[in-house]
Order: sequence, then structure tokens, then C-alpha cells
Amino acid sequence: MFDGLLTITVFLPAAVAILVALFARGTNSDQQIRWISIGATVVTFVLTVVIFVGYDQDVGGIQMIDYFERWIPIDALRSSYLLGVDGLSAPLVLLTGILGMAAAFASWRIKKRVREYFLWLLLLQTAVLGVFVSLDLLLFFVFFEFELIPMFMLIAIWGSGRPRYSAMKFVLFTLAGGAFMLVGILAIYVTPGVNTLAMVSIPELGITGIPELIAAADLVVPAALIFGFFFIAFAVKLPLFPVHSWLPDAHTDAPTAVSVMLAGVLLKMAGYGLLRINLGFFQETKGFTIHDVAGYLAILAAVSVVYGGIITIRQTDMKRLIAYSSVSHMGFVLLGLAAVGSSAAETSTAGLNGAALQMFTHGTITGLAFLMVGLSYDRTHTRHIPHLGGLWKKMPLIAIFFLIAGFGSLGLPALSGFVAEIMIFLGTFSVWPWATSVAAFGVVLAAGYTLWMVQRVFFGERPATPGISDEVYDNLTDANWVDMIPVIALAAPIFIVGIWPSVVTDMFDIGIQAVLK
Amino acid sequence: MTVQDFWVLSPEIAMALLALVVISVDLVTRSMAKVASVAFVGLAVPVILTLNLWFGWFGDPAVGQALFGTIEADRFSLFFKFLLLTVTAGTILASAKYIASDKMKDYGGEFVSLVLLSVTGMMLLVSATELITIYVALELTALPVVALAAIHRTKQGVEAGTKFFVLSAISSAILLYGFAYIYGYTGSTNLEVIMERLAVLPTDAGVPFGSYAVLLSVIMIVAGFGFKMAVVPWQMWVPDVYEGAPTPVAAFLSVASKAAAFAVVMRIMYTAFGHDALMQDWSGLFAILAAVTMTVGNTLALSQSNIKRLLGYSTIAQAGYILVGLASVPANQVGAVFEGAGPQGVMYYLAGYAFTNLAVFFTVIAITSRTNDDSIEGLNGMLKRSPLLAGILVFGLLSLLGMPPTVGFMAKVVVFGSAINANLTWLAVIGVVNTVIAAYYYLRVIRAIVFEDPADDSTFSADKPILAAAGVAAIGAGVFGLAPFLLLELAEQALSIIPGL
Repeated sequence: MFDGLLTITVFLPAAVAILVALFARGTNSDQQIRWISIGATVVTFVLTVVIFVGYDQDVGGIQMIDYFERWIPIDALRSSYLLGVDGLSAPLVLLTGILGMAAAFASWRIKKRVREYFLWLLLLQTAVLGVFVSLDLLLFFVFFEFELIPMFMLIAIWGSGRPRYSAMKFVLFTLAGGAFMLVGILAIYVTPGVNTLAMVSIPELGITGIPELIAAADLVVPAALIFGFFFIAFAVKLPLFPVHSWLPDAHTDAPTAVSVMLAGVLLKMAGYGLLRINLGFFQETKGFTIHDVAGYLAILAAVSVVYGGIITIRQTDMKRLIAYSSVSHMGFVLLGLAAVGSSAAETSTAGLNGAALQMFTHGTITGLAFLMVGLSYDRTHTRHIPHLGGLWKKMPLIAIFFLIAGFGSLGLPALSGFVAEIMIFLGTFSVWPWATSVAAFGVVLAAGYTLWMVQRVFFGERPATPGISDEVYDNLTDANWVDMIPVIALAAPIFIVGIWPSVVTDMFDIGIQAVLK
Repeated sequence: MTVQDFWVLSPEIAMALLALVVISVDLVTRSMAKVASVAFVGLAVPVILTLNLWFGWFGDPAVGQALFGTIEADRFSLFFKFLLLTVTAGTILASAKYIASDKMKDYGGEFVSLVLLSVTGMMLLVSATELITIYVALELTALPVVALAAIHRTKQGVEAGTKFFVLSAISSAILLYGFAYIYGYTGSTNLEVIMERLAVLPTDAGVPFGSYAVLLSVIMIVAGFGFKMAVVPWQMWVPDVYEGAPTPVAAFLSVASKAAAFAVVMRIMYTAFGHDALMQDWSGLFAILAAVTMTVGNTLALSQSNIKRLLGYSTIAQAGYILVGLASVPANQVGAVFEGAGPQGVMYYLAGYAFTNLAVFFTVIAITSRTNDDSIEGLNGMLKRSPLLAGILVFGLLSLLGMPPTVGFMAKVVVFGSAINANLTWLAVIGVVNTVIAAYYYLRVIRAIVFEDPADDSTFSADKPILAAAGVAAIGAGVFGLAPFLLLELAEQALSIIPGL
């Protein structure tokens, strides 16, 4: 079975990027590269919409399968080229389409080494799309690691501050996490009885996936260890306290569009991995199941949420502030995962659905927040909060959309953040009331740091010793139409999901039910 | 010779004739570009003849034996002949500029024809099924390389040539000694007959390989070829020769010579010593060699400051990874049915490595011929000065390092996976640890290329031929990583010919 749509969607950005990088010539080549690259992301976005809309919710299961069994034609390596989407991955594919397009538009003003910049940016999109649609563990790993190279280059070459340090830190943390994942994959590989690397079962192809096989297998390596290997890899990427320290550095020093991609979709690879692998594989394994540690996960999540929130309040750099808030908000994803409870009977699907939705909403909201910081920084050339103030008079559009991102982030009803967080709280409270109560405090903190920042930067009076001179302040301009395209692209889903959540929650529910089965 | 003999040997005959044509063309023209073009275009003839043998285009698919069963044009040898011809084409493209340079233009024709002669030897080597033929082919392979290494007649070049010659002679002598033992023990030089005789000869319990004569013979054979494969402890010549010899020669040596040596070792081991009990014994030998070679190669590479020497040690380490595949034999299988893929892994790794290493060497040639600086610092900021060349080089280094999604990653997955299936989990673990060690020095070079500030800001591009060769090699390294089946299917077909499998 080879549908082809997913393969085309995944490799389109990379193919265009390589061709453009090789063949764009002449004095006007930078402009050509910009247009063609942005065009490629727009086409990719359209394809992801086709995938999302084309997924038949009545049928469910894995759809749009690209299956090539003899990808590695060796019986011993039970790996195949297997792409497909289900309810869990389809919304995330759409999210990647939206953010990829937004990031390309937001890179309009890049002047330095344009050819390489767009090459890496588009390769990054290919890698992330590949992670979400791969249903073979080895293929998943290939894409998961592939993302490192473009990300490293983008931060190290086009970053500000201490870009090389931050890029290296990012790579080392992620590589270490990836090494754990590889060991986890090997541990599954050497297990007798698990004769596949397929992450799901696909009855129509005769594929029985790891979740079913591993439940019956006598594991060589204890299940708790394998769970731990995968969990560490995803915890680094999510990121969770105490392995989060790469994130603020990477975000602060990365260019705007890369921050958007990092917060928007790269962190979601970890959340997706937790749901697909840690939840999907370890529900009925012998000797250990995810239910045994759900309580600890809830505690870890609560610590991450509250710790992230408290640290965030202390930040004075706008980008760093949003970066730390990501630690807090991604903690909610783990909290939602903990709703799996200490036994199958206790499992709350509302909490798990909330975790999935939180990934989607956090992607758009934080993506928008980074975009607005970028737009503001392009004009004022500072992100230091005490130096700023009264900017709304000069740039009302930027202020308004910044406010929308802020409200989304603190969970204002009618915006998507509210829906996700209320689902997580309701779902997980029934299972882990104490941990959930503590984590709920994170929302209060979020209201605090978000409103405080927006108030000081945009609505307060200018400070007595402003960081920007009067001349610069007087000449500040608002966002123009090119800037607004990605802003609208990210703001629209925040409202749509906020008002009409079932457009994605129905989809996620199908996926979560399948993972739980 | 019969018609059959001519058909079977046609690629080698065409290759030898091409070498003569090239040297004659050199007599009538002073233009090295013409010499290189004749060689490059002329390669089409052996390529077509090889394809003919694989597919049987011109009537009867002439796959079969020749010269009284000493040469066999089976798919195993054809697979390697393709690889060798591809490497040769790349080498000629990459040397086009080099042979036209002032110091070389008097010997350009000789340079190209020596390369072609050496490849003729390698093509014979991969299809030889008899010990004396193997030996003769091996000498034909080695002697032109001696001349090539010393072609500059500089102190370094002559030293490299002499070193290669002496060590090559010693290793040949050891090899011949090993051949003599096995001949004395079994009374035959034909690999298949040796296998049959070894099966019926009495064995001593407790002695590896069943008898001390066979043990000695295997050790000497492995030692003799160990030199060609650049395996520790026969690796000392590698860094010196790579540094002293012209870089195109080093590129050629690092890929072609290694591939041919691994091919013939596979054939000897799986044919002559292909019984399960023997296989388990030599698997252990190769496993130890693999562990030592990977570790020593990577450790010594850590402290190198010359890019050519660093690449020399890196090729040693890569030979170690390939040995892991060689050690993963069917006889050690975990289950009842062999699921491992050691032999396919070796062939896949060799082909993938050939593309990767050529991309790296060719870009290094293009860059250093411009900067005249072999140190790693000489590569500083190269991404700014020559983005395309530097990009290909970084990609190649990432593939050597084994970063997804390059062929380097996938090949390591295949060989380490086979090792686990062949009960050699410890070896796979050592391999993975070595990959991490290697990351340090590959990343060091990448850092210089990408992040350091260039010593001078002048930008430059490479000549079309070498750029094309490096580009094609890099594309191969990418495509074969994303689509491993392209090579592995061929390897599987090729291996169905070997009697041991």
C-alpha cells in the first residue's frame, strides 16, 4: 500500500530547499530563494490541511499509509518504511504545516546567508513532519535525530547573544537523550517475540505492532528500564525539570522563526513520543506498566509546572520569559499523561485528550508569542523588559496580538489554552487530586508573569531611564502586511480551537482511544 | 583461451587495454584534459561489459568460470567490479586538475594508466577463486600503487612509496606462507576443493580450526590481507602514505584497495573455510580484530592536526566497523533460521563508505589544492569561502560519523544489528561506544569549517569535474541512506552465489 501523499508532504520542503540552494543564480537570487522557499511551505501547509481534512473520522485507525516493507531488505532488521496518520498525529501534522509556513514568512527579513538559511529551515520542517508520520521505530529515530543538524546550524549561525554555546548545549542535551532512545530501541529489538519495529498494529496490512507484541513477550531488558530510556529522551526534549536548562538558552539566542519552530513543533515531538511510545507500549507489559509510575509522573509534572512558573516570574528578558513559560506549560502535557491513573479502570481519557490538545494549543500560542517578541525586537532592538514601556501607542497591532498570545497562555476562556488546561485539570483531578491542585497554581503564576510583562512593555508609561532613545521611540513603526501573515496564521487557530474545540479534540480522541486499546 | 574465457574476462581485458590506450594518447598529445577525458569515456567499455555479464544482454548471460576454474564472474564479483569502476571514474574526474598541474603534467598519462592497471588487478582479485590467481592479482594491484605513491619524487613521496612497497612485500610474503600451509594440508589451491577436503580431513578436538596447520594458515592469510584492509595491527603505513602520497591516490587507496581486499577475504573465508565449526572460529578472530581496530583507529585520530592523517586514521576505524559485519557470521545465529546480515552488511557498508569517503577526500583535494594547507586550521571558515565544497565535506563527515539520515548511520545499524543477531552483542556495544568517540574528532573538523573565522576572506569554487565527482558521491551517500534497499537487494543477489550461504 503506497498512498504517496505523506511521502510527498514530508519530503517536499527538503527537495525544494536543496534544488533552490543549488540552482538559484544571479544578483537577485536571494529574493528568488525567499519566494520559492515560502511558496514551498505554503504548498506544504495546503498538503497538511488536505491530510487533516482527508482523515476519515468515521473509519478511524491508521490512514494514508505509505508502506514499503523491503526498505531494509534484511529479515533480521525488522524495519520498514511505514508512514501513516491517525487521530493523534494528524492535528500535529497540521500544526507543523501552519508553523512551518509562519516561520518561513517570519524569516523574510533575514539578510545573512539566505541560501543556507532557508535550506536548513526547510530541512527542519521535513524532519519534524517525518517524526509525526513515521510509524516505524527506526524511521522515527532517524527523523528525530535528523532535526538536530538544521537546528544546530540555525541557532549557531543566525543566532544572537552566545549562539554557539547555546547551539552546542542544545545538541549535547538532545544527543544524550537520543542515545537513551537508541538503547531503548535496541532493547526492544533484542526481545524475542517482538518481531517488528512497527509502532502500531495495522490489521489490513497484517502488521502486528509493538504495543500488542510487547505485552505478550518475556522481556530481556526489564520493561521499567525500557520505559525509562524512552522517558529520558522525551523528558529532555519536552523539556521537564531538571533537564530543561538547554531550552532558555536555545530560545533566547535563536532567531525568531527558529524559536517559533522550536517552541511550536519541536517540543511537541517529545509529547507525541510520550503518548505514542511511553503510553502506547507500556500498558500491559509484564512486570511493569505505565500505571505503576503514573503517580510519580503527576508529581514530576506538578514540580515542572510550578518550578517553571516561579522561574518565569523572575525573568527580565522577554524571550527568556516565554521560554521558561514553555517549561511550565509543557509540564501540563505530562500532567495530562498522568491521567492514565494507577490502573486501566482509573484512566481518564479527558486528561489524555487534554495533553494532546495542550500540545496543539501551546504550539500556536507560544509560536505567536515568540513571533510578537521578534517583531517588537526588530524595531526596538532590546528585549529587556525594564527598558521598554508604552509601546502600544507606537505599534498597536503588535500590542494587540501580543495580548492575545498572553491571554491564550494564561488560559482565558474562548481561547484555545483554556480548553486544553480545563480538560487536563478535570481529567487528572479525578485521578491525582493533590498533584493537580498544586499544578493548578501554575495558571495563577501564568496570569502573573504574562500580564505583568504585557503591562510593562506595552501599556505602562515609558520608564524613567528608557533603554531606547527618544529618537528611536518616535520612529517606531507598526507591523506591516508581510509581518501580519504569519501572525494571522497563528492567531486564527487560537480562536477557532477556543470557540470550536471539537474540530481537533474529536480527532485527538480517536487517536487516544486507539493508543489506549 | 576459449570464447567463454574471453567473455568472463572481458571487463578486465577492456580495462588493461584502456590503460595502454591512455598511455599511447599521452604520447601524441600534451593536453592532460584530453588524457583524462579518454580515460573517463573509455571506462564506459568495461562498465558495459560488466553490465552485460550481470544481465546477459548479448545473448547468453556469460556468468561462469574461466581459465580452468580460477576466475569466476559471479554476481559477487560483479557487484564489486561495479563499485571499483565507479570509484575509478570518480578518481579520474578528481585528478583531472591535478595531472594538469605543472609538477605533474609530464607524468599525467602514466598516473592515469597506473590507476587503471591497479584497478585491473583489483577486478581480477575480486573474481579469483584460486589461491595463486589471488596472489598474482594482488601483486598487480599493489605495484602500480607503489609507483603512484612516489610519483612526485619528493622526499615525502618517496618515503611513502618505499614504505608501501616494503610493507606490501612483507605482507605478500606472509600471505604466500599462509597459502602454502593450506595447500600442503589439503593438496589444492582451489577454494571450493579446499572446503571439500577440510570437511573430510580429521580434526583435533580443542584446537581452533581443527588443526594447527589450518590455524596458522588462517592467521597468516588474515595478516596478509589485514595490511590491505588497513586493520590494526597492520595499519602503520596508512597515515604516512596518505600524508605523503598525492591526495587522489590516497582517496583511491582508501576506498578501492579496501573494498577489493574485503571482497577477497569474504570469498576465501566463506568458501574455503565456510563450514560452521570453522566459521565460528574465524568469526571470533575477526571480532577481536574489529574491536581493536575500531578502538585504536578512533583513539589515534583524536589528536591529529593534519586533515589527511586524520582521514587516514578515520579509514582505519571504518575498517573496524566493516569487520564487525565480517565477524557476524551465520554459524553464530541466535535462532534456528539465520536472520543476521553480516555479509550483506559488509557489502552495504563498503559501498556506502566508498561514496562517503570519496565525497570527503575529493572536497579535501579541491580545498587543499587551493589553500596549500593540510592542517585542520586550514579549513577554518571554509563554509564562508566555498559554501558548496564545504557543505559536501560536512555532509560526508556527518556520514562517516554515522548521523541519521546518511548512509553511514544506516550501514552502522545494519552491521551492529547483525552483530546482535550473531550473538556478538558485546561487539555491537563496543561499536556504539566507538561511534561516540569518533564524534569528537569529526565534529572538531566540522566546527572549524562552519564556525571559525577564515584566515583570508577570498572565496573560491572548485573545477567542474571534481565538483561533479564529489557531488555525485555525496548524493549517493544521501540516497543510499534513505533507500538502503537499492544496495541491499543487489548485495543479497550477489551473496546467493557464495556456497557458504
